[in-house]
Amino acid sequence: MALSEKEIEHVAILARLEISAAEKTRFGKELGQILDYVEKIKGLDTSRVDPTASVLGDEDVFREDAVRLFPGAAALLDNAPDKEGPFFKVKKVVE
Amino acid sequence: MSVELEDWSAARIAAAVNAGRLKAEEVAAEAFARIRRTDSKVKAFLSLMEEEALACARGVDARVASGRPAGRLAGVPVAVKDNILVEGQPATCGSKILEGFKAPYDAAVVERLRAEGAVIVGKTNLDEFAMGSSTEHSAFFPTRNPWDLERVPGGSSGGSAAAVAARMVPLALGSDTGGSIRQPAAFCGVAGLKPTYGRVSRYGLVAFASSLDQIGPLGLTVEDCALALSVIAGHDPKDSTCSKRPMELDLDFLEEGVRGMKIGLPKEYFIEGLAPEVEKGVQAAIKVFEKLGMQIQDVSLPHTSYGVATYYVIAPSEASANLARFDGVRYGFSTNRRGAPAAATRDLLEDYLKSRGGGFGSEVKRRIMLGTHALSSGYYEAYYGKAQRVRTLLVREFEEVFKQVDAILTPTAPTPAFRLGEKEGDPLQMYLGDVFTIPCNMAGHCGISLPCPGEGLPVGAQLMGKPFCERELLKIARNYEKEAPWKPRKPAMA
Repeated sequence: MALSEKEIEHVAILARLEISAAEKTRFGKELGQILDYVEKIKGLDTSRVDPTASVLGDEDVFREDAVRLFPGAAALLDNAPDKEGPFFKVKKVVE
Repeated sequence: MSVELEDWSAARIAAAVNAGRLKAEEVAAEAFARIRRTDSKVKAFLSLMEEEALACARGVDARVASGRPAGRLAGVPVAVKDNILVEGQPATCGSKILEGFKAPYDAAVVERLRAEGAVIVGKTNLDEFAMGSSTEHSAFFPTRNPWDLERVPGGSSGGSAAAVAARMVPLALGSDTGGSIRQPAAFCGVAGLKPTYGRVSRYGLVAFASSLDQIGPLGLTVEDCALALSVIAGHDPKDSTCSKRPMELDLDFLEEGVRGMKIGLPKEYFIEGLAPEVEKGVQAAIKVFEKLGMQIQDVSLPHTSYGVATYYVIAPSEASANLARFDGVRYGFSTNRRGAPAAATRDLLEDYLKSRGGGFGSEVKRRIMLGTHALSSGYYEAYYGKAQRVRTLLVREFEEVFKQVDAILTPTAPTPAFRLGEKEGDPLQMYLGDVFTIPCNMAGHCGISLPCPGEGLPVGAQLMGKPFCERELLKIARNYEKEAPWKPRKPAMA
């Protein structure tokens, strides 16, 4: 079943995606089709299995919480659409 | 041209360069000559780095001249999928949203390739953020199959597979989340290996679905894939999911026999709807394994048909979280770019919405929306929670089957390469084409696609091995390669 325009708008805002009116209709229909297909997993009995957390089965990995210098910081900032000094710059977020 | 170059195998090039019979610079120049000759038709590459490559090759030659070891991939030209970082080069991921981005460091795999003397020649095309099975979802242009330019090379590592098949490079790197190395390898008639999850560091790979993604090689031969894996595999403290299990580096094991080893044929993979030429190709492959003295037996993986549905919950969910980083603040396409008209957007939220809305293509938006919906309040347990439980069922049934057999043989894809545009406008049909490759990512073990004996469009057979048992998998694959009544076939245009 197609997702309603309202549902699609809600998801698009959560996903921080601006979508056009045409995309709303199209995604509503396509997501509906995909979710209908996905429904088939709901019929499987999974009451006696745990959700997969890791396929490796390896133990947890720890490391020292130590500061290490990253040599490429300047190159990282060079990619920024806007920056000021050593900072990424965005529009004001507090009044 | 020398015999070694005519052969165009990574192992032979490296041996000849190390022995001083061949100059790395000559090999690199040859690769670029080939690219200039064929890539205007195939369009495998998004960017080339000729100057850097030639300089790197000269460095390799200097090492050889001074008597120092030049590495196990000395002078081998390698193409790298454009979602893997190569310092100073673009890493577009096939997306407009990474417009202008320059990679600030080398991915771990690239660092390891360079340390062994490999020469990176350029970045290859892919479906945007590796989401697709045809390379038609690249924001720039589709790549074409060297066997038939009206057909897709498969995807998402379609550029890497096409570059190897068209003999532009002997070796390429791809990434595989649901079949993105194996399926294009099958469509283009080359070998493509997805290592076990955790075998190869993902540091410097742009994340799509972190619990499924794995980097691997595509080559003309199994031997070259094994050589490449031995270079890129191994623990990396920068990727906490990268295993500490040791990887043996010598390749002598490849030549050991496989008599008496067992191969399982899961009946769920030989289903109605399988294209006749695929059926025929895989049957011909089975004959080769029989001839090698291997035991072939039927096995069952009853949850196979749930793989695609499970994958299309888990992969988009992880993608929706991973792709949140493309926010127009730190890199790439942005409505907040310095010098943009101040009134263009009102606030940060609008910058997010417009940068992401304008930067991502349809397929990526569709999957982000799907994942966001599946993870959203009220739906999480029904979709993501359920899918992760079904995944456990898939993991367990592979564990059971791997107690009975050493490897599992299946078709890589249900059909040979399809025509460009054939599956456009029907995402679900495109997704269903991944039915045979997805389970391997879900359960995490290793798999390789091998060209089947036959005529016409290439067909691939997928051989899957136990987790972290790449040695056994590659040994069987290498025996097949030596026994198969065919040599790597070459498309007419290459």
